[in-house]
Amino acid sequence: MDTLLDIENLWVKFPTRQGIFDAVRGVSFTLGRERLGIVGESGSGKSMTGRAILRLIRPPGIVEADHIKLDGVDLLQKSEKAMRDVRGERISMVMQDPKFSLNPVMTIGDQIIEAYRLHNTASKSEARAKALEMLEAVSIRNPERVMRAYPHEMSGGMGQRIMIAMMLIPNPEILIADEPTSALDVSVQRQVLDIMDKLVKERGMGLIFISHDLNLVADFCDRVLIMYAGRIVEVCDADKLHDAQHPYTRGLLNSLPRLNAPRDRLDVLKRDPAWSDAPSVSGRV
Amino acid sequence: MTMLHIDNLNVWFGSGRDRVDAVKGASFDVGAGESFGLVGESGSGKSTILRAITGLAPTWSGRIAVDERTIEKTRARAFYKQVQMVFQDPYASLHPRHSVDAVLGETLQLHGFKDIDARVVRLLDDVGLGQKFRFRYPHQLSGGQRQRVAIARALAPEPELLLLDEPTSALDVSVQAEILNLLADLRQEHGLTYLMVSHDLSVVGHMCDRLAVMKDGEIVEIMDVADLRVMKAAHPYSQHLLQASV
Repeated sequence: MDTLLDIENLWVKFPTRQGIFDAVRGVSFTLGRERLGIVGESGSGKSMTGRAILRLIRPPGIVEADHIKLDGVDLLQKSEKAMRDVRGERISMVMQDPKFSLNPVMTIGDQIIEAYRLHNTASKSEARAKALEMLEAVSIRNPERVMRAYPHEMSGGMGQRIMIAMMLIPNPEILIADEPTSALDVSVQRQVLDIMDKLVKERGMGLIFISHDLNLVADFCDRVLIMYAGRIVEVCDADKLHDAQHPYTRGLLNSLPRLNAPRDRLDVLKRDPAWSDAPSVSGRV
Repeated sequence: MTMLHIDNLNVWFGSGRDRVDAVKGASFDVGAGESFGLVGESGSGKSTILRAITGLAPTWSGRIAVDERTIEKTRARAFYKQVQMVFQDPYASLHPRHSVDAVLGETLQLHGFKDIDARVVRLLDDVGLGQKFRFRYPHQLSGGQRQRVAIARALAPEPELLLLDEPTSALDVSVQAEILNLLADLRQEHGLTYLMVSHDLSVVGHMCDRLAVMKDGEIVEIMDVADLRVMKAAHPYSQHLLQASV
C-alpha cells in the first residue's frame, strides 16, 4: 500500500499558567489509501491530531514533530503561504457541526463555487455546473434550490452533506473528518457515511475519521488508532476492535449499553495512571 | 397507578402561515415507578412533549395529568415539587457564575425548605459528588460532574416524576455509563418515575421498561423493551430506526 501521509513523533503543546500542557504526546502513524479511524474520549487529543496535520493550531499553541510528510514532502517546512495550497486542495477537513462551519450570510451555491474557483481556474458557469454535480453526488435532492438557500434553511444532515460536497470539490487526496456525523440522527448518519465511503473508494482518497463512537468506527473504518491522554494506546484492525486487548479500549467497549445483552449496571471505566505514562504505540504500517 | 397521563396532546409554535405542529395527538400513560422512553429523530417532537409538560411550551391542547390531577395552563408550585426536568447540555443548563452551593441552595429555598445546609450536603452525597464540590463553579467541573449537579438540582424538591431530556448525549461513553448507573440507583432509592427522551435506542433499552417511537410529531408505536431487544417492531418506521441503530 502506498503511503500518503507519514507522521512521526507529533506533539501539540499549549503554554498555560500552570506550565506547558501537552495535548498530543509523541504520536506516529501513517495513512495509505484507507479509512483510518481515531477514537478516544473528549480531551484525548484526537481532534488536535487532525488539526495539527493541517497546521491549523494557532499560536500560542505549538506543533512539533520529526516530520509530517505528505507524499514525501514535510509540511512543517512549508511557509504559511505554501500551506494554503495544501489546505483544501490536497488535504481537506470536514468539521463536526455544519452550523458553525458554513458562512451564514452567503448562499450555499456561492460558498461551493468559491471553494472550487479558489483551487481551479474555471469560469463562473463551469464552477456552477460542477457545484450542482457535487451536490447531486452527496444525494441532495433539488440541488438548484439548495444552491440558492442559506445555511439556516438547511437541516443538520443536509448541512453536513453540503460541507462534504464543499470539501470534496477541489478533489483532495486526503480527507480529515472530525466527528462528521455526531450531530446527526442515526438514519441520516448512515446516509452521510455511505456517501463518504463511496467517494473515498471511487477517488482512492485516504480518510482520517475522528470519532468517539466505537461501534461506528468498528463498522466503517479499516484500521483504528485508540487514543488516551494524547497518546496512542492501541492500534488494531477495525473489524477486530471488539477483541481489543488494552484495558482502556475494553473499558470503553464495556461501558456501552447493548440492546441484545441487557445488564442491571453498566461497567464504569477504572483509569490506570500507567496508561498515560506508557509510551505511544506506533500506528505505522 | 398512573403517574403521568397524556391524552391527545397537541403542541404548536407560531401562528397562521408560520404555524408548525410539533406534536400531533400524542397519547400515552406512564405508571408510578415506571421508566418510559421517547425515541425518534431530531424534530420528531419528543423533547417538545417534555417541554409541554413542564410548561416551557405554552401553546398546547389536550390533557396532561400528573398523579391523576389535570394540569392547568398556569402550574401551581406543588406541580414543580412533583415534576422536575434534567436538560441535555450540562454546559448550558447551569448558571456560569453561580456556585454549586448557590444553585442547590436557591432551589431548596424556593421550595420552602428550612434545613438547607443539611439538604445540600445530602443532595451532593446522593449524586456521588460529596462535600468538596460544594463551593465550585461550573467551569471547575467536568461534563459528567455538571450533569450530576443538574440531577441534584432536579432532586432537590423531592420530585416523584423526573423528565430526562437526553441526559447523556453530550457526554463520553465512559461518563455516560456512570450517569446511567446513577439514574438507575436514584430511581430505586427514591421510587422515582422517569420519562426519558433519547435518540440512542440502546440507552433507552438499558434504562426503560416501555417506549414510544415518534415520527413527525406523532407517536407511531408504543412497545415493550423486550420487543425492542428482539427487534420486533410492528410499525415500518420503528423497524427502520432499529435497523439503522444496530
